[in-house]
Amino acid sequence: MRKLFVLLLWLILAGSALAKEAPTVAADPVLEKRAMALAEELRCLVCQNQTIADSHAELAVDLKNQIREKLKAGMSEAQIIDYMVARYGDFVLYRPPLKASTLPLWIGPFALLFAALAGLFYYILRRRRSTPEQPLSEADEARVRSLLDAQEERP
Amino acid sequence: MLRARYLIPLVVFIVLVVFLGVGLTLNPREVPSPLINKPAPAFQLPQLHAPDKTFAQKDMLGKVWMLNVWASWCVACREEHPNLVELARSGVVPIVGLNYKDERPDGIAWLARFGNPYELSAYDRDGRIGIDYGVYGVPETYVIDKAGVIRYKRIGVVTPEILRDKILPLVKELNGNA
Repeated sequence: MRKLFVLLLWLILAGSALAKEAPTVAADPVLEKRAMALAEELRCLVCQNQTIADSHAELAVDLKNQIREKLKAGMSEAQIIDYMVARYGDFVLYRPPLKASTLPLWIGPFALLFAALAGLFYYILRRRRSTPEQPLSEADEARVRSLLDAQEERP
Repeated sequence: MLRARYLIPLVVFIVLVVFLGVGLTLNPREVPSPLINKPAPAFQLPQLHAPDKTFAQKDMLGKVWMLNVWASWCVACREEHPNLVELARSGVVPIVGLNYKDERPDGIAWLARFGNPYELSAYDRDGRIGIDYGVYGVPETYVIDKAGVIRYKRIGVVTPEILRDKILPLVKELNGNA
C-alpha cells in the first residue's frame, strides 16, 4: 500500500516536471517581450491565418527560437524581418510592404471608395438636373401661407 | 440608356464570380518562394547513412541536381516516393535528400522499406537548414543548376505530371545551356 502511494507520488511529480518543460522562453523578460512582439508580425506558413506567436506548429516554435537566438546575438528587429522575408517571402509579413506588386492591395480599397463616391455624386447631380425646380401653383402657395399663419397663431 | 443601367448589377455580379472562380483554382499553400533564381543557401551537414561524412551544397557545383526534403513522419512523402525512385532509376538527374527533423534510425528504416532514390541524404536533425531553404511543408523539392542557383521549387508532392511538364524539361534545358 505504501509502495503504491510512493509510486503514485512519483508519477504526479514526473507529470508536473514534464509539463514544465514545454514552452521555451528566453530568460531575459525584455528580450522575450521583443521576441514575442516580432513574432506577432510574422505569419505562420503552416497554419496560414495565425501569427507565429499564436501558433504551436513545430515550424512556428522553431522560428520563435530563431528570433530569440538572433535577438540575443544582437540582431535588430529589421534584420530579423529581412532574414524571414529572404526565406519565406513577403507572405510572412502580416503588414505587406508597399511596392509595385502590392500596390493594388494598398490602393485598391481607396480606389473603389473613390469610384463609388464619384458614381454617387454623378448620380445625384444628374437627378437634380433632370428634375428642375417648379414654381408653386397659386393654390399651393395659398395653402402654405395659411399653414404658416396657423402655426404663428399658436403660442 | 435605361437598359444599360439595368445591366450594371449583372456586370458587377459577373466580375465578382470571375474573381471568386479564379480564387478557387489558386492553392493558398503554394507561396512563391523568394529563393528562385538565388544561390542555394550554403550548408554542410552530416550524411544520414554515414554520420562521420558530411555533405555541402557546393559538392554538387557543376551538376544540375534535385534537392528533395523528406522525413519518415511525412505522409505525403510516401505518396511521392515511388515517383522519385523511378526518376532515380532513369538516371536523368541526381537527387540528394534532405532528411528533415527526423530520427536517424527512422529515416534509414524508411528508405530501406520504400527504396532509396537518393545519391545520399543530408541529415537536418533540428531543421535549421530547412529554415534557410524556406521549408514549411514537407515534401519540398528544389531544382538547382550547375552554378548552384535554385531554378525551381515545388512545395508538396512531385507528381508524374509535374516531373513530365516542369522538372524534366527544366533539367534538360539547364543541362543543354552549359
